[in-house]
Amino acid sequence: MTVLRADKVTHFFGGLRAVHSYNLTVEAGQIFGLIGPNGAGKTTVFNLITGRYKPTEGEVYLDGTRITGLPAYRIAAQGLGRTFQNLRLWRHMSVIEHVKLAHYSKLSYGLTGAFFGTSKRNRQEAELESKALDLLELTGVRHYADHIVTNLPYGAQRRVELARALALEPKVLLLDEPTAGMNPEELVQMMEIIRHVHQELGLAIFLIEHRMKVVMDLCEIVQTLNFGEVIAEGTPAQIRSDPRVIEAYLGQEVVT
Amino acid sequence: MEVRTERMTARGQGLRQALARAWAPFARVPLLGWLLGALLAVFIEQFLGTPIARGLGMPKIPALFGFDLVLQDLLLLPSIVAYALVVYVLPTILAARLLSTAANRAASRLLKYPLVLSALLHIGLLYAVLHVWTGLSDYRLLVVRLSLIAVIATLSLNVVNGYMGEFSCSHPGFMSLGAYTASVTTVLLFVSDNRFGPAILPEALGPLVFPLSLILGGVVASLGALLVAIPSFRTRGDYLAIISLAFMFIVKSLFENLEVVGGARGLGDQPNYAGLPTVFIWTALCIWIVNNFVRSTMGKALNAVRDGELAAEAMSVDTRRTKFVAFLFAAFWAGISGGLFAHVIRYINPDTFGVRKLAEVLAMVYLGGLNSVTGSILGAVGLNLLSEALRPLEILKWIIIPIMLILVMVFRPTGLLAFRDFDPAKLLRPMQDPSKEMSDDRPAR
Repeated sequence: MTVLRADKVTHFFGGLRAVHSYNLTVEAGQIFGLIGPNGAGKTTVFNLITGRYKPTEGEVYLDGTRITGLPAYRIAAQGLGRTFQNLRLWRHMSVIEHVKLAHYSKLSYGLTGAFFGTSKRNRQEAELESKALDLLELTGVRHYADHIVTNLPYGAQRRVELARALALEPKVLLLDEPTAGMNPEELVQMMEIIRHVHQELGLAIFLIEHRMKVVMDLCEIVQTLNFGEVIAEGTPAQIRSDPRVIEAYLGQEVVT
Repeated sequence: MEVRTERMTARGQGLRQALARAWAPFARVPLLGWLLGALLAVFIEQFLGTPIARGLGMPKIPALFGFDLVLQDLLLLPSIVAYALVVYVLPTILAARLLSTAANRAASRLLKYPLVLSALLHIGLLYAVLHVWTGLSDYRLLVVRLSLIAVIATLSLNVVNGYMGEFSCSHPGFMSLGAYTASVTTVLLFVSDNRFGPAILPEALGPLVFPLSLILGGVVASLGALLVAIPSFRTRGDYLAIISLAFMFIVKSLFENLEVVGGARGLGDQPNYAGLPTVFIWTALCIWIVNNFVRSTMGKALNAVRDGELAAEAMSVDTRRTKFVAFLFAAFWAGISGGLFAHVIRYINPDTFGVRKLAEVLAMVYLGGLNSVTGSILGAVGLNLLSEALRPLEILKWIIIPIMLILVMVFRPTGLLAFRDFDPAKLLRPMQDPSKEMSDDRPAR
């Protein structure tokens, strides 16, 4: 079953064509990789799917529902969680508050509950708290629950961001370079966690990566993007030996 | 040299330890105990205040802890300190210490009932303390009421400027809308004057209708806030500051040119409805609701909008709605505070709610602490009392207070008590388990 589908998505920044006729099909439970050289348009693809940019042309479907042009918060509420390439945590908030807040769209106590502290609100807040703690347990940062995020080590901050994205109860999880800036030890741990989360929650993961090792180890299908166009799609083994991919990454061999 | 510094630090540590030891018994006193102690102190002042003050060589009871007297005559300092010790400090400390066991027991017994009961009891005690204390002088009564009103204004501004991190300058405008709306309703309905003609309703209904007219003022202020909230969807920071400042001036010139409400001459004759109980109840209500709101996950959305709007959107937070709610909510309470202010001073003009008011409220927010309910209370009450205490210095006051503000900004850029909300359950809990205390008192066998 397809959970995420992009159909001929094209996007222009002014006169610059950032993404051209982009097609994507992510099946339920799949780990799908997106690679490509710098400036290929990978993050733009993420931003088009998550609703931060509206595609100039083309459609995006989440779990069969058309989400093209919806505001980002509505798309997120429909089950699309994401992390960012450069961490975007809320610097004055504690870890548990981050994870709780990602349940925003499911809050049902309304302003009355927020203002007057009704018993419904207390019940729901307690529920969210236990759910959030479970997610922090899953990503291995439960012991940081009451810390302010800025005081956490880098690797832990990445995990908090992951837990926050998971709190949306997403059908598809979008990870934008989840291992960027990590040392080899943190990298292995992060891959472990991604695999663990994938197994536990059975969701589809769509990730951008620069490190071939991560892509080859984790992904079932890999797509290569260059100058906003898909130049190859296939299993990691196929991608590794594809001449167009090698060319995009390493440059054309000069025949003398 | 080294030996000396070592000895100094040793002495410093010794002093700290001695202080900690002296404080230890008081750490066990719950809030209930302190309130009872304060109640005893104000009763002592009521019955023995005048003789004690005369005995110490003062003309009358020092109205505001004697700051004004000291500034007029430095030689009175020892007697003022003695007065404060005898009347306030010693009775409070002694009563708090002696009652600590009983107060702890009472506090833990209260926890068996819903928290509201305990909270109401504490608030009632606090009111009793203020009531007795302000009963001794009209000046105190005025200062306390204005401080409480400032608490409402500061808290509401903190919701936007601190919790949501938008620098909004439109608060005096909201207060003005609230003040004029509430004043017009009460004057129109209950006062016979030559502006709006004879009273429409019997005067006895006044105090009952007054809350409604305050709420109406709050609602009108909220409607005004739409003009600031909608631009806030698209701009932030400096641009929004300018827009909101413009809003404030629009409201000001609106009332300056509205002859119906007196134009630049202002509007007076408001009935005396904002007594201490009314102001106190509204302040307590405001603190309770704001504290509830900012501690809920829905209120945390404000912080997320401040710390990263993009991430907030990506985490399903409707940022527009959040900004909308924050501005309208804050403006509502600003309107309430304006309405109360108008009925305490009983005269307003468009200039009351100008740049000076803005500076005052901003100073209270930033002095007390951003993103902090406790800080707003401290900032509003502290700056009000300070400003009253330094009144005899006249123009020098406006040099001293800004310098203090600058010092606070240098050493604590986010304010004195930033990032602190309070958990009522924690505040009201007993400081010691009564059952444990029993075993503490008896020597172990």
